[in-house]
Amino acid sequence: MAERGLNIIVCVKHVPETAEAEIKIDSTGKAIEKAGLVFDINECDDYALEEAVRVKEKFGGSVIAVTVGPEDADSTLRKCLARGADKAIRLTDATFGGSDGYAIAKILHNAIKGLPFDLVLTGALAGDDGCTMVGPILAELLRIPHATMVKKIELGEGVAKVNRELEGGLEEAVEVELPAVLTVQTGINEPRYVSILGIRKAMKKEIKVLGLADIGLSENDVGEAGSWIKIESMFVPPVEKQAEFIKGTPEEIAAKIVEIIKSRGLI
Amino acid sequence: MAEIFVLAEHRQGRIRDITFEMLTKGKKLTEQINADLTVVLLGKEAKEHARTLSEYAKKVLLIEDTKLENFNSEAYQRVLSNLINEHKPLLLMIGHTSFGVDLAPSLAASLKLPLATDCIDLEFDDETFLVTRQMYGGKVNVRARVRKAESYVVTIRQAAFEAQKPAMNGEIIEKPSSLAEEITKKRFIGYVLPPPGGVDITAADMLIGIGRGIKDENNIPTVEELAKSLGGVLACSRPIVDKGWLPSDRQVGSSGKTVKPKLYIAFGISGAFQHVLGMKNSDLIIAINKDPNAPIFSFSDYGVVEDMFKILSPLQSKICELKGQKT
Ligand SMILES: Cc1cc2nc3c(=O)[nH]c(=O)nc-3n(C[C@H](O)[C@H](O)[C@H](O)COP(=O)(O)OP(=O)(O)OC[C@H]3O[C@@H](n4cnc5c(N)ncnc54)[C@H](O)[C@@H]3O)c2cc1C
Repeated sequence: MAERGLNIIVCVKHVPETAEAEIKIDSTGKAIEKAGLVFDINECDDYALEEAVRVKEKFGGSVIAVTVGPEDADSTLRKCLARGADKAIRLTDATFGGSDGYAIAKILHNAIKGLPFDLVLTGALAGDDGCTMVGPILAELLRIPHATMVKKIELGEGVAKVNRELEGGLEEAVEVELPAVLTVQTGINEPRYVSILGIRKAMKKEIKVLGLADIGLSENDVGEAGSWIKIESMFVPPVEKQAEFIKGTPEEIAAKIVEIIKSRGLI
Repeated sequence: MAEIFVLAEHRQGRIRDITFEMLTKGKKLTEQINADLTVVLLGKEAKEHARTLSEYAKKVLLIEDTKLENFNSEAYQRVLSNLINEHKPLLLMIGHTSFGVDLAPSLAASLKLPLATDCIDLEFDDETFLVTRQMYGGKVNVRARVRKAESYVVTIRQAAFEAQKPAMNGEIIEKPSSLAEEITKKRFIGYVLPPPGGVDITAADMLIGIGRGIKDENNIPTVEELAKSLGGVLACSRPIVDKGWLPSDRQVGSSGKTVKPKLYIAFGISGAFQHVLGMKNSDLIIAINKDPNAPIFSFSDYGVVEDMFKILSPLQSKICELKGQKT
């Protein structure tokens, strides 16, 4: 392994940042309005990409970043290239819209099955749909083992020893045979900042674009037709308990907070 | 009669709460569509668990095998595939837990059965099967229709349903394990405990939680100072630990600590479900967030829609004022 290095494929998603943004449901009633939202690499995918680059730096080899998404997703791929990915592939087709995690996994599977790889890394889940399924389905389609929610990776001869995150701070150590798909959880490493030079270099690297026909799938395999679930309606979550809002100047707000705390006998 | 399967989740000798939560929903569904509720329990020497679970369902299918002692998705997938092919349950419910997300997707893909993950509600209608789930960190819900199939697989969000004890008297059916060969591709090695922490946030009466809204590591001391004057302890959401700004013993949530202080103040925390799971039972919750639509406000007693940095210093001085008066 040390001599020939490791070939790693990292699957990433270009997602809108929604934690701080105002979300509006669009006129179809089935999706949010995307205009005005800032898109970036999905949080756990960022950690997955960093982990791949670290493995490459240690053992040699190559990193290919792959995404299913529109042309805009190039900015996420450029980021991966700047961080140390060697190649990037974007899978784009009008028929891909409405794909759920299953359809996405099929698209990724067909795109990468012919490539040489020892390891496929991806984020544990996507921050937009939260499906938490693409990695392990991809593994099943590739007929290789997987481990999800990985917080530590140690590579040995033909195996990966990984720590999986369980609940409440507990982890479990498991060993999986390579090649394998590992889905990475946040906090596994500290993603590096991209240097200006890195970004400039990345602009010169080619992003390969493939569509439905190129990867040998048919329309029935992708989009809503090829998905397990189809969104019928989207709505604002019903509120079980609504906070009482404290208003006023910062001083008034602070005074009110202190009053509430005091009334509970906590000060 | 149609059958609904609930996969029991247990770890280190304990049945996990999600199992009972799923059984609550499972029971309701079986009443609505006139089906039978069955718990599937895999393990090594799990008879005691089987007895416990028999009070929650019509049947407990128990499969014991030393290879099933600890959770291993490869072993579980093989055994469950055989069971599903044999019984053809209408629905298989698995927890949306670390265990469930390692198992359900590959199981469903291998059986070519549709899967919906992280569901917070389920419903059968004349046509097929519908699930409710959340997107965008809990800012919206969606109702989604699942493709028609003989069997459906779902993973269920923790705490989406309340555990109830129906006091049924289910039959325990022992089945032989179908695991003939060794499990070779994936091996469980052992549990890894979190490093012993310096601070026990679960013991604190007052917690000041900070989230990504803190923006910079250098802003933490100000909040820590506030916590100190209040006589409370600093806690945080996961990204703060992921960035290495605070140690993991300060993290509140499903992958951190579950806390129940007398007061929890959340500064710049959006209120993602995994965080809320760890603090929603606090006696008094006050949230400060600049986004009026932040999900945290539906779990708080009081809310402040404001830049947290404008509140910190007046709050600090008001507390000092009050404490000064007292002494
Ligand atoms: C398996 C799994 C387990 C997880 N376990 C946990 C867990 O145990 N604990 C946990 O916390 N998370 C956990 N998470 C992560 C969780 O899903 C969220 O990503 C996380 O809780 C978000 O943290 P946050 O609220 O600090 O950040 P964000 O969601 O980014 O929210 C930041 C908030 O700060 C507000 N804000 C920004 N600036 C200001 C300002 N100046 N003033 C006021 N408000 C401001 C924004 O409006 C926003 O609402 C887990 C995720 C997974 C997948």
